[in-house]
Amino acid sequence: MRFIVSEGRLIPEVLAKANDPAAKPISHIDSMPSIPMHPEFPYSPELLSFLEGKQLLLEELPFPLDLIQAHYEHGYLSYEKGMMKTKHGWRCMRCGNEEHHFFASFPCARCQTVCTYCRKCIMMGRVSTCTPLVVSRFSFPQDRYLSPLSWNGTLSQGQQRAADAVEDAVVHNGELLVWAVCGAGKTEVLFPGIARALEMGKRVCIATPRTDVVRELFPRLQQAFPSVPLIALYGGSDDRGKFAPLVLSTTHQLLRFSRAFDVMVIDEVDAFPYSVEPMLEYAAAKARKEASSLIYLTATPHPAWQKEIKRGKRKAVTIPARYHGFPLPVPSFEWCSNWRRQLKHRRLPRNVLAWVQSRIKTAKQAFLFVPHIDVLEQVVCILKQLDQRIEGVHAEDPQRAEKVQAFRDGRIPLLVTTTILERGVTVPNIDVAVLGAEDDIFTESALVQIAGRVGRSAQYPSGDIRFFHYGKTRQMIAAKRQMERMNKEAAERGLLKTQ
Amino acid sequence: MNCLICHTPYNPMMSWRHLLTIEKVDCLCSKCRHAFMRMNGEICDICGRPFAGLEPSHRQGRLCADCVRWQEDDEWKDVLTKNRSVYMYNEWMKEVVALWKFRGDYAIVQAFQEEFCREFYRHFDHTFLIVPIPLSAERLYERGFNQAKALAELLALPIHDILTRHHLEKQSKKSRRERLRTENVFQFSGKTSLQGKRIVLIDDIYTTGTTLRHAAKVLRQAGATDISSFTLIRS
Ligand SMILES: [Zn+2]
Ligand SMILES: [Zn+2]
Ligand SMILES: [Zn+2]
Ligand SMILES: [Zn+2]
Repeated sequence: MRFIVSEGRLIPEVLAKANDPAAKPISHIDSMPSIPMHPEFPYSPELLSFLEGKQLLLEELPFPLDLIQAHYEHGYLSYEKGMMKTKHGWRCMRCGNEEHHFFASFPCARCQTVCTYCRKCIMMGRVSTCTPLVVSRFSFPQDRYLSPLSWNGTLSQGQQRAADAVEDAVVHNGELLVWAVCGAGKTEVLFPGIARALEMGKRVCIATPRTDVVRELFPRLQQAFPSVPLIALYGGSDDRGKFAPLVLSTTHQLLRFSRAFDVMVIDEVDAFPYSVEPMLEYAAAKARKEASSLIYLTATPHPAWQKEIKRGKRKAVTIPARYHGFPLPVPSFEWCSNWRRQLKHRRLPRNVLAWVQSRIKTAKQAFLFVPHIDVLEQVVCILKQLDQRIEGVHAEDPQRAEKVQAFRDGRIPLLVTTTILERGVTVPNIDVAVLGAEDDIFTESALVQIAGRVGRSAQYPSGDIRFFHYGKTRQMIAAKRQMERMNKEAAERGLLKTQ
Repeated sequence: MNCLICHTPYNPMMSWRHLLTIEKVDCLCSKCRHAFMRMNGEICDICGRPFAGLEPSHRQGRLCADCVRWQEDDEWKDVLTKNRSVYMYNEWMKEVVALWKFRGDYAIVQAFQEEFCREFYRHFDHTFLIVPIPLSAERLYERGFNQAKALAELLALPIHDILTRHHLEKQSKKSRRERLRTENVFQFSGKTSLQGKRIVLIDDIYTTGTTLRHAAKVLRQAGATDISSFTLIRS
């Protein structure tokens, strides 16, 4: 659409009385007028509660344009530019994208110009140079909840310390990194802090890039906070477009929020913000209120953040011990020659084969991680000669869920895989090996996560972790050191079970 | 290079033809490219529907049962000379079209360029008038662009916007019979007579052929003698 700038306000062309040749797409308007709030204006509570904390496209607002415009003219909402010109091109103001190859242009029927749009967040509806983003400038008083937490579990000593730090960050709008080893039980660590926030009338969001994490956390939070409205936002969820004091959201759904939350928790982001998901960082920053707390949960922070933590430049709390109090099993490295060349001859290195054979013989279930799909297929083919039940699974495998279930049920003795399976996949008594641990795909954090599959249950707290490699890498060494350091810290802090 | 659809980086296949710039480098990775299903094999003479996989009872000689019915109806007989399409409808195409047309990712149209042009010239030539199926004003504003026109522009031939369209409630809610009975949503808005002209209507998809026949009828009334259609997809 196009806007006319008149008497210190923007008027959508369709609402203007006369045609104005100066009508422009919003991104081409140089100085955006700002309108003071008129307290006596009889605002629409439906419209304002729908829009509260949001940043929406006009087509996402089920209200007539003249009503929206009246709220704008009385200072209750504002129109923001969907795209902003930068030195080198454009920035999408909804998702933060500035990469050239994620923009395209088209002859736009809404503004009659060639409109540039963002392809990165197109799944949420198109933002182009003529798209206004509608943002609320009004907020309703927020409900407070008295003792909302009904969870009877107990926190381990390590968890308790982290929980205290989270609560402190919530109260003081602080920033905090919770570095919790795989199996530490990091979700429960949030409970006291969330409870405190809800008592104070704060709004809480837990954001994660992964839909499966949202789905998994939802019932747990619902149980812990039964009296508090909770919504889960992911592509295809029924709650899209809603708002509640407690929100679980994926990256994309978070893009619809603006200055909405008092507490922002970013979960399951190993190597954040340097990971492949810069959109989440932008979305989280936009969805927080100016005065708000920011809490990161991770099992393996990026090396740059680890450095900052060491130097005391980043506030962090570690949970170095697992909930069950046994130390992390640490990987051992084993050289396996030029395994790729051997694969070409349809052979596996002798020690790798021996490792697999010994798992089969002792009926100990195991994961074997490989770097790529093509490797996966070859390895599975070879191993099937050893045991027909051995299967392979990769990220886009249509039978992924079935195979994982079969593994859980014990029908598959060994699963060859390319990706870290969902974090829900914690099978009690397993070993893991990596073939080709020197591959670039196996970063420090990926290797820590892989090792983190082993020894998760109190009944079987140990297991074998073997990194088969053709040349040790820094990443392998850093991963092993990280786990050893955590064990050392856990011992020093007296968090480990004494035999 | 990043794939236009899935955005993953890939190495486009390069050959001496590319180096001599005879052929453009594909903007899709091979996985996305091969997920499209080109039309091939025997097809219905009129609507271009593939006979493969069709029940024998749905075929009569060189025509499909639907086209036999159209031809038996005096009102619709020969209104549309023929339809030809580039791709069949599959799950992948459904996804891509949703992204392109409904989410509004205009740029996707580039992915169709080469095959759309090649198929066009197998059945038609530059002497035909190119007429894209229009959208109603309301729908055009909602989408921001007309997908049929975006396709027509791939041909780099003059485009004749000589049709307009009323806004009606969603077609899919009605049955075929109802749709046939409803009034024609198209009007001829051209300035000159179409006497003796041959026309190719351009649209994204041929489903029942009703929309295209309604448009063809209006052009026939304006004097055109031969009206065919060319669509991206045959569902
Ligand atoms: Zn964007
Ligand atoms: Zn525009
Ligand atoms: Zn692709
Ligand atoms: Zn037919």
